[in-house]
Amino acid sequence: MSTATLNKTVEEKMALAFDQLSGQKNSNREEAFRDFQKLGLPGNKSEEYRYTPITRALEKNFNFEQQSFAKSTITSVEEFLIPQLESNIIVFINGIYSKEFSRIISPDTEIKISDLQSSLENKEALPYFDKYPKTSTDPFVALNSALWQNGIFIQVPAQTKVVKPVLILHVNDAKSSSLVSHTRLLLVLGESSEFTLIEKSISIGENPIFHTFSEEIIIKENASFDYVKIQNDEGKLHQVANTLINQSSVSKLNTFTLTLDGALIRNNFNIVIDGENCESHFYGLYLLKGNTVADNHTVVDHLKPNSFSNELYKGVMDNNAKGVFNGKIFVRPHAQKTNAFQSNRNILLTDTATINTKPQLEIWADDVKCSHGCTTGQLDEEAVFYLRSRGIPLDEAKAMLLYAFAFETLAAIKNEVLKKYLDGLISKRLNK
Amino acid sequence: MLIVKNLKAKIGDKQILNGIDIKVNAGEVHAIMGPNGSGKSTLASVLAGREEYEVTEGTVDFSGKNLLELEPNIRACEGIFLAFQYPVEIPGVSTVNFMKTALNKIREYRGLSSLDAVAFLQLMKEKMKLVEIDQSLLSRSLNEGFSGGEKKRNEIFQLAMLEPKLAILDETDSGLDIDALRIVANGVNKLRTKNNATILVTHYQRLLEYIVPDFVHVLYKGKIVKSGGKELALELEAKGYDWIKGDLALAE
Ligand SMILES: Nc1ncnc2c1ncn2[C@@H]1O[C@H](COP(=O)(O)OP(=O)(O)OP(=O)(O)O)[C@@H](O)[C@H]1O
Ligand SMILES: [Mg+2]
Repeated sequence: MSTATLNKTVEEKMALAFDQLSGQKNSNREEAFRDFQKLGLPGNKSEEYRYTPITRALEKNFNFEQQSFAKSTITSVEEFLIPQLESNIIVFINGIYSKEFSRIISPDTEIKISDLQSSLENKEALPYFDKYPKTSTDPFVALNSALWQNGIFIQVPAQTKVVKPVLILHVNDAKSSSLVSHTRLLLVLGESSEFTLIEKSISIGENPIFHTFSEEIIIKENASFDYVKIQNDEGKLHQVANTLINQSSVSKLNTFTLTLDGALIRNNFNIVIDGENCESHFYGLYLLKGNTVADNHTVVDHLKPNSFSNELYKGVMDNNAKGVFNGKIFVRPHAQKTNAFQSNRNILLTDTATINTKPQLEIWADDVKCSHGCTTGQLDEEAVFYLRSRGIPLDEAKAMLLYAFAFETLAAIKNEVLKKYLDGLISKRLNK
Repeated sequence: MLIVKNLKAKIGDKQILNGIDIKVNAGEVHAIMGPNGSGKSTLASVLAGREEYEVTEGTVDFSGKNLLELEPNIRACEGIFLAFQYPVEIPGVSTVNFMKTALNKIREYRGLSSLDAVAFLQLMKEKMKLVEIDQSLLSRSLNEGFSGGEKKRNEIFQLAMLEPKLAILDETDSGLDIDALRIVANGVNKLRTKNNATILVTHYQRLLEYIVPDFVHVLYKGKIVKSGGKELALELEAKGYDWIKGDLALAE
């Protein structure tokens, strides 16, 4: 690295990286990058990134001058799969789709999976692509839209139940050097279809990783979508995941976001309920330790009347871990008879662990039922003593209580194999 | 079995126990009575190992071991059981699962093999009958939304499951209806053997009609100020605590 680059800001380095895209550049990407430049990386005063020192982490850990095409040495993804779960597998390695490790077992009458770039070129994906992420409001959405390397386009035909879930693995292998990757998903669920998506990120190596992932999910009328995100990286992952879900009438949505590890995780989770009689459940669980920072920013936007949404996020922070929860609910003027509920509950296990939680309810309609609440506390000492007085050792007593606290967030998981796996991850964390 | 000598304990700056002496042998039932705030629950908590209380003086020997050195769960494994005056509610943990974990911890400590699901359920059924508690209560979250009486009965169910050497019942009779009192007392009596012992903390003579104590102690301002046989309880019932307070004032 020359002294000249040392003095460059991260934004300037990213501009160089963007210039190097050359062949892949198009007007979408250029506009997105202009948006990114206008917004800049969030500074100390940024309202939306106030508690999450991502800019500092990026400055400290990464050289953005080139898109990284780091090679991975992994020879199998077997150990990253969910045991006993029969699923389709889509693997990205360092931001690049891996044909070698991906495996589609569902018939193509049930599900159509294609390369996003090609689907844009042949115009199949165009009606849906980049409709929803607002590149002009979030720098990382803009950055991903400008720099994404590989993406996947998934279509579920109308009236179709996809029997086997799809598991997306984001493998980031930073064994040999630090790594930057940007990936993308476009998913369209046809009318009255049913589909389950599981997404897991895996970090390898000791070097820092910066990964952005944007997904646009369109749920058409009467379709039903189950979505599970697992963030359990032992490496130095800095991840910004932008999820944008658009729901049409009578659709059903269940989401569960489990965050267990990573250096800095930011989930921008945006749900637009653009239909009547929708039912949506959003669950989140973050069990943090060490110096992990995990930030869940969620927006539930009710545009139309008669829909129901319920959000429950729970967190346990140990050591120096830091949790951030920001939950916005908007109920627009037309969205009469909306039922929207939100709850965020936290337990701090040490004096140095922190949580910043902020619910925000904005209601423009007058005939609605809405509530929100957040609590932060310690583990109930009386309860710990009660369990110990019956012969249960301190650590196990704590784990038992924390598990009881956490378990509720698994309520929406219907697939038993998946539930058992998640349950195992949670128990393992709590019984460390 | 239990030898408490000159036990003093405080919480924060507040001295609560001011030198307690008590000796409990296997096979005995001791009743501890005394006005509100005299330190009965504190004594029970100190014996069970609650860490908020700081023991400032004295010793507690339990079957030859220094009890004060042991973690609360090890005390339970050694055979101490406290039926709480105010059992806590624990959402999300069912009594069944909790008891299974507890029982197997204690069995492991005692060198016994873990009970499998079938054996455990069988034992549970048997003990449920003994304390006439309903299965539906036990599959719910521990004490959550239980009535006062149901919580007390659950404590006795746990006592029956864990079969301790020394059971300390802190006002288990309070809040029980007449039938429940008889059932709970019957349960305790059936569990009595010549190898175990019971300490009953109570305000009422009525419980002592069902579970007849060998000794009655009066605790006042953190000290045992009077001990006697079962007739002492009757005398207290008739005369109230002013009688004892009066005696003490005279002695000073
Ligand atoms: N955690 C605590 N903090 C401060 N004071 C305490 C604490 N626990 C007990 N005390 C005080 O110690 C004294 C004895 O309390 P304790 O609960 O042992 O009384 P008790 O004899 O069991 O009364 P009761 O018959 O009402 O149950 C009381 O004055 C009480 O307020
Ligand atoms: Mg008491």
